[in-house]
Amino acid sequence: MSAIRTSKLKKTFDEVVAVDDLTITVTEGEIFGLVGPDGAGKTTTMRLLTAIMEPTSGDAWVAGFHVVKEAEAIKERIGYMSQKFGLYPDLSVMENINFYADIYGVPRKGRSKRIDELLAFSNLTPFKQRLAGNLSGGMKQKLGLACALIHTPKVLFLDEPTNGVDPVSRRDFWRILYQLLREKVTIFVSTAYLDEAERCNRLGLIYKGQILALGTPDEVKQIMPGAILEIRVADSRKAYQLLKKELREESVGLFGERIHIVTRDPQKVESEAAKILQDAGIDASAPRPIEPSLEDVFVSVLAEQERSEQAR
Amino acid sequence: MFERIKHMLIKEFIQIFRDPKMKGVIFLMPVIQVLVFGYAVTTDVKHVATAVYDQDNSPASRELVSRFAGTEYFDVAEYIYHEGRVTELLDHGKVRAIIRIREGYGDDLRAGKTPQLQVIVDGTDSNTAGTVLDYTTDITREYSKQVLSRRYARLQGQPVDPPRVVLDTRPWFNANLESRNFYVPGVIAIIVMLITLMLTSMAVVREKEIGTMEQIMVTPITPAEFILGKTVPFALIGIADVILVTVVGVFWFEVPIRGNLALLFLATGFYLMTTLGVGLLISTVSDTQQQAMMSTFFFYFPAVLLSGFMFPIANMPESVQWLTYLNPLRYFLVVVRGIFLKGIGPLILWPQMAALLVMGLITLWFASKRFKKTSV
Repeated sequence: MSAIRTSKLKKTFDEVVAVDDLTITVTEGEIFGLVGPDGAGKTTTMRLLTAIMEPTSGDAWVAGFHVVKEAEAIKERIGYMSQKFGLYPDLSVMENINFYADIYGVPRKGRSKRIDELLAFSNLTPFKQRLAGNLSGGMKQKLGLACALIHTPKVLFLDEPTNGVDPVSRRDFWRILYQLLREKVTIFVSTAYLDEAERCNRLGLIYKGQILALGTPDEVKQIMPGAILEIRVADSRKAYQLLKKELREESVGLFGERIHIVTRDPQKVESEAAKILQDAGIDASAPRPIEPSLEDVFVSVLAEQERSEQAR
Repeated sequence: MFERIKHMLIKEFIQIFRDPKMKGVIFLMPVIQVLVFGYAVTTDVKHVATAVYDQDNSPASRELVSRFAGTEYFDVAEYIYHEGRVTELLDHGKVRAIIRIREGYGDDLRAGKTPQLQVIVDGTDSNTAGTVLDYTTDITREYSKQVLSRRYARLQGQPVDPPRVVLDTRPWFNANLESRNFYVPGVIAIIVMLITLMLTSMAVVREKEIGTMEQIMVTPITPAEFILGKTVPFALIGIADVILVTVVGVFWFEVPIRGNLALLFLATGFYLMTTLGVGLLISTVSDTQQQAMMSTFFFYFPAVLLSGFMFPIANMPESVQWLTYLNPLRYFLVVVRGIFLKGIGPLILWPQMAALLVMGLITLWFASKRFKKTSV
C-alpha cells in the first residue's frame, strides 16, 4: 500500500503556479526525498500533503485519507516538522514535548515511556529542564523531531529539516531517521542538499513546481542525458573559462580542481577538449568519463530545463 | 475539545508568568494608571497662581483683592508695581491670572460711579482659563451686591438686603465634584482594553513569528480550540485587572461603588468579547509583533479619545458623535460609571449592555472567520 499518493496535484497563488500537476507515489516504510532549489515548490507541496493548505485542483491521499475531505483523519496520523522548528523558546524541553502530547491527545498511560524513548534516541535526556530557546541548532532540531513523533505517526513530513544545522548534527539526524524506518514510519523529506538526497530510498527532483525526475538515486542518475567527462587541472579557473568559451554546445561545470563537461557525444568532445587545453598550453589530466553524481544530474537537468524554456 | 483548550491555557499561563516583563504589564501597569488618574489627572481648578497689580492701593481696592485671595481658587503669588512685569509673568508662565485695579478705583466707588476691574488670564489652556473667568465673575458679582446693599443702607439709614433669588446647587452622584470619582472607574475600561488588545494580538502573532502556528495547525486542534486557547487566558487576566483596579479605587481612593458588582462583571464579559475580537482581528492583519503593536495603538487611541473618557461626546461634531456609536468603550464607560457612581442597574443600563453584547458577538464571529482564512 502507498503511504502517499498524489494525482495531478496543483496549487496556484494568484498568477504563480507553485505546484504543477504533481503525481507521485510514496511506498510505506521508505524515505522519499523531494529535492529542488529554493522556491521550487517544496514547502507548498509539504503544506498540501499535511492538509494545512487546500490544493487548487487535483487530489492527494496520505495514509489512505484524502487531504481535503478527510483532513482531520490525516492530522492524527502524521508528524510534521516545518522549516522553523516550531518550538516555544520560553518553554523547557519537557514542557514542549508535553504540550504537543496534550494537543495530540496522547494518553497519560504509556506517555512517559514514549517520552523517555524519544529523549533517549535524540540524546536530549540530560537537557530535559532546559528552555528550548537555549538549545543549540542541532538540539532544537532533534527536539522538533521528538515533538513531531510524540503521537507515533505513520507518516513523517520533514521540511528542510537540516537547514542551517552543522554537519555532525546532520549526520546524527539521519541516523535517527534510519532508526525510524525500522519502526515502519514513512518519511517524506524535502531538501536542497544533494548529499542528503543520496540517502533517500527514492527521490523526486522538483523545479518550478514540476517533477523533472523520479526514482531511486541510481535511477535518477541514469536519466542524465549524455555522459560526464572529468578533467583534473591545477589552474582550473582559466581552463574552465576557456572550455566554456570553446565548447558552446556542451555544459561545463567547475568543481574545485575538477572540470565536468556534460555531453551527448563523449568521444568527440574528449579529443576536442584535450586539444583545446594542449593548444593553450594548460597542463591537465586527460578527460575521462565518470559516473554522474546527483549534483551533476541536478545541474544538467536544470540547465536543460532552462534551455528548453528559453527556446519556447 | 475541553482537554485541548485546557492545555492551551496552561501553556499560555506558563509563558506569561515566566516573563517578568509580562507580570509588570499585567499587574503594575493598571496600578500605576489608577494612581496617575487618581492623583495627578484632575480637572478641578484650584489654587491658581495669581498676580495683583493694584495701581489704586486704597482701602477699597485692598478689600477687593482680599475677596479673591480669600478663596481657595486664587493664590496671590506676587504684587506687581510696573506694567512690564505683567507680560513677563505671563510669558514665563509664573502666574495664570492677573488682577489689575486702576488708579481711582476707590474714588470712583465712593463717588457712586461704576469702576472697572481688569482680569487677565493665560488663555493657552482654554479650559482652565474659562473656569478661572467663571470664578472671577462669581466673586465680582457677589462683591458688587454687597457694595450695592451697603449703599442702600447709607441712603436709607438702615441696613437693607434687597430681595433676591438664592441658588442652591447640589451635584448628585459626586457631591464634592471630585475628578477621581469620574476617572478611576474609567481607568478600568481603558486598561482592560489596552491589556487584552495587546496581549491577544501579540500572543497570536508571536506564534506566527516563531513558526509554532504552522506546527499547531498540523495537529488535530481545531481553529475554534486554538482561538479559545488564545483568548480565554487574556479574558481572565482582563477580569483580574478589573478586580485589581476596583480594589485600589475603592479602598485607596475611596471611590464609591454603589451598584451591583455582578452586573459589573457581566458587562466586563461582554466588553471583553469586543476587545478580544479586535485583538484577534489585528493578529490576522499583522505578520510581526511590531505591526501588531502599531495596529493596536492605531485602534486604541481613537477609541479612548472618542469614548467620553476625558472629553464629553456631546461636545464633539455631530459626524464624530455618530462614529462613537461604533466604539465599545463608549458603552462600557456608561455602564462602569453608572454602576460605580449612580448605583443604577440593568433596567437603565440595558441598552449599553445589549450594544456591547451585539458588538462582541459580531467582532468575535468576524475575527474567527478571518482567522481561519489567514492562519495558514
